[in-house]
Amino acid sequence: MTAAEWQALALSLRVSLVATLAALPLGLLIAAWLARGASRLRWLVDALVQIPLVLPPLVTGYLLLLLLGRNGPLGRLLVPLGLEFAFNWKGAALAAAVVSFPLLVRAAQVAFADVDPRLPLAARSLGAGRLDSFVTVTLPLARRGVLAGLLLAFTRGFGEFGATIVLASNIPGETRTVPLAIFSLIESVGGEAAAGRLVLVCVAVSLAAMLGVQLLQPRNARER
Amino acid sequence: MLRLDLLLRRGDFRLQVDLAIAARVCAIVGPSGAGKTSLLEAVAGLARPERGRIELDGALLFDSATGIDLPPERRQLGYVFQDGALFPHLSVAGNLRYGLRRRQGPGPAWDEVVEVLGLVGLLERRVTGLSGGERQRVGLGRALLAAPRLLLLDEPLANLDAELKRRILPFLARSVEAFGVPVLYVSHSTRELLDLAEYAVLLAGGAVAAAGPPAALFAADGPAARLALY
Repeated sequence: MTAAEWQALALSLRVSLVATLAALPLGLLIAAWLARGASRLRWLVDALVQIPLVLPPLVTGYLLLLLLGRNGPLGRLLVPLGLEFAFNWKGAALAAAVVSFPLLVRAAQVAFADVDPRLPLAARSLGAGRLDSFVTVTLPLARRGVLAGLLLAFTRGFGEFGATIVLASNIPGETRTVPLAIFSLIESVGGEAAAGRLVLVCVAVSLAAMLGVQLLQPRNARER
Repeated sequence: MLRLDLLLRRGDFRLQVDLAIAARVCAIVGPSGAGKTSLLEAVAGLARPERGRIELDGALLFDSATGIDLPPERRQLGYVFQDGALFPHLSVAGNLRYGLRRRQGPGPAWDEVVEVLGLVGLLERRVTGLSGGERQRVGLGRALLAAPRLLLLDEPLANLDAELKRRILPFLARSVEAFGVPVLYVSHSTRELLDLAEYAVLLAGGAVAAAGPPAALFAADGPAARLALY
């Protein structure tokens, strides 16, 4: 692989890792609330969280650009603080985080709902606060599902294209991740070989992630 | 001394009680659906009464008039669930340590609890492989090590066969004796448990039908017999 291809791979890994880790706290919070909450607004939050899964990523990226651009309602507040997401790698990470968020939340939500609700209550009655009981009982019991969600979200972020190209553009070394590099290569004359190598990288990463998710499935109840 | 005066609703079900319990060991008995577990959960802070007061040794745990509602972790009550509700990701020792590490006052010593409940040989075991009676003992030990001011036992002998019941009763009696922690336990029919209790409350349909010494409650022409419960 050429230096440019390695650069795209390194950038994709960094963007996706940052996106997944940044989304984790909020993702776990929402998943835990959706799994247990008795609120009447649950269906609405559930639907809103899942929207990026079905919205064309291009539209998600465009909405993020409108929101976070220099003149956007959020951008106007954040840009003066040095938090700019348009046309830089942070934008690529944000796009990856938003698009992969539903996968993380759904997997964690299912795993949390599977935990016997009496166990965190038992922890509380033994003197553990809400957060303590979540971290020491609920989370370890749901760890397989949460890890599977992280893996799915990471892989989805790694392959993110539509939202990224609109929000972060296609700048070599800054926002040209593997999928964007493939796009550039198949548009240019004689780029087939390089595109093919990066396509193989994508297939390998996706395959490894899906095998990982399979390994995280409990083979029987005792292993959970 | 535990004082309860509360109204708790769950869907169509309504529990309304006004009780003062001074006995060291008190049994809450009654048919299923009488509200026994709801009562226990209200005391533990796992269910929220619509209104009323719960007071333990002069300290308010819940008071709807002044908006006091201590979260379960600040009530210092040892709730023992029906099948133990042990943490499956921890060993027996890990489960016992969970309560010990979070105790908020002086309480029974580790060695003593392990000894009294016969847990020495179980410490390294995974909880998923334990028998019903072993699970109960670990659950009881875990609650005791959290240094509770009151032990709440939900059907401690349910799901155990007669032989196991006979074997676990001495453990329960020895715990009460050795650690001096007052006990409130719920039972739906277990006559054996009444040997342990100094006082019993008979619940029926979400209300107190009778309260007093177990011998009087369960006499041949006593309240329990009149309610055709036993």
